[in-house]
Amino acid sequence: MTDAAPTAPVMTAHRAGLVGCRSCGRVWPEDQETCNRCGADLVPPDRRGLQKVWAWWLAGLIMYVPANLFPMMRTQTFAGLQGSTEATILEGVVELIHYGNYDIAAIVFVASIIVPIAKFLSIAWLARVAGQPATVEQAHTRLKIYEVVEFIGRWSMIDVFVVAILSALVQLGFVASIHPGPAAVSFALSVAFTMLSAQSFDPRLIWRGLPLRSRTDTDDKGQD
Amino acid sequence: MQDMDAQGSFDLTTGRGLMACPRCDALHVEEELQPGETARCIRCGGVLARPRGGAFGQLIALAFTAMVLMMGAVFFPFLEISRMGFGNATSLFGVAMAFADGVLLPLVLAVLTMIVGLPVLRSFLLVYTLAPLAQGRAPYRHAARAFRWSEELRPWSMAEIFVIGTAVALVKVAGLATVHLGPAFWAFCALILVNLASRGFMCQTTIWDAIEDAGLKTDGREMAKGRAP
Repeated sequence: MTDAAPTAPVMTAHRAGLVGCRSCGRVWPEDQETCNRCGADLVPPDRRGLQKVWAWWLAGLIMYVPANLFPMMRTQTFAGLQGSTEATILEGVVELIHYGNYDIAAIVFVASIIVPIAKFLSIAWLARVAGQPATVEQAHTRLKIYEVVEFIGRWSMIDVFVVAILSALVQLGFVASIHPGPAAVSFALSVAFTMLSAQSFDPRLIWRGLPLRSRTDTDDKGQD
Repeated sequence: MQDMDAQGSFDLTTGRGLMACPRCDALHVEEELQPGETARCIRCGGVLARPRGGAFGQLIALAFTAMVLMMGAVFFPFLEISRMGFGNATSLFGVAMAFADGVLLPLVLAVLTMIVGLPVLRSFLLVYTLAPLAQGRAPYRHAARAFRWSEELRPWSMAEIFVIGTAVALVKVAGLATVHLGPAFWAFCALILVNLASRGFMCQTTIWDAIEDAGLKTDGREMAKGRAP
């Protein structure tokens, strides 16, 4: 694939009065609404799309509150005779540290505390600065952050799976049993909502309002 | 990248022969790539196309492998747990049945969809799309939609996260009881490798072009909207 336009300014589909399909890359006239090749909806890179990002973001944030306040799971030993313990996400990590499982504690801590918070902050920042002028280097940084957020978001589901596996397995009846708490559901929803929020973000907005030049001005390809 | 003077069959009013980078909207002239070549976006550096020789056959084979492994992963024992004579060996299927009437049914259904349902569905959609293309025949009806769904569902199929989750669960339960890994766990591990291999062969742009070249049935909108034939 080569540059369709003279080198220094990068010709974008939007500038050419066209709209590119985000699903398959095919380019269509601007007034077309559906991609004829893959059937996806054609959306111009537009700040209006950010509303969807913010809506999912807020939904995720709201669900994140009960996810941290309520217990993630309840452990009963000897049918409650030895008492039952409830643990929130943070208490679960502390418990793991207490038993000396530092590496596992680190995995859970990163996956269910660091990653969600970092994700909320990054998406909010990306949506905030999207479409605002930036240098090419800043745009590359933003794109990198977006790709990391998109890649890493699903890994927060680890804690939900752990609870599901534990409660399914440890049905030893009298001896021990583990039940999922309300936080498991709200945490799963929170992760799902932030994934949707990240997916609704249009990375093409990062590049809008950029000066009309490519990253490497040295490379001089032919004109069209 | 290739010499662009060799090309020239594109149209800036209809978009024919052009490709827009999905990440930064930069326009590129479409070109046939040789297997092993990589096309990168001139602006953001993202990979636009990376065709591999014989990729379709490999992808179909890997999709079938994934389906077979998933079958084992669902019905073989997953983890075995025992404490003071009380033992419990369970398959994922058994787990699902145990929860089938509880209040947690939605959570269980969601988890099962993410770790079993979607991977199987994606494998099926991929075979549906690629099988006719690999034999050089016209694609089946709705092949484009099938492939688009398969790509859109990618982030939601979470088999590999489930395996890491199992490792964490093992450590957490170690104090309560003794746990042994069953064959289904290893099937899941193999599944991750299969998925990684499949990902290496996957090039969306090539598949889209193949679907188009093989004569995709469209609903006729393109005539009305005036796309050059």
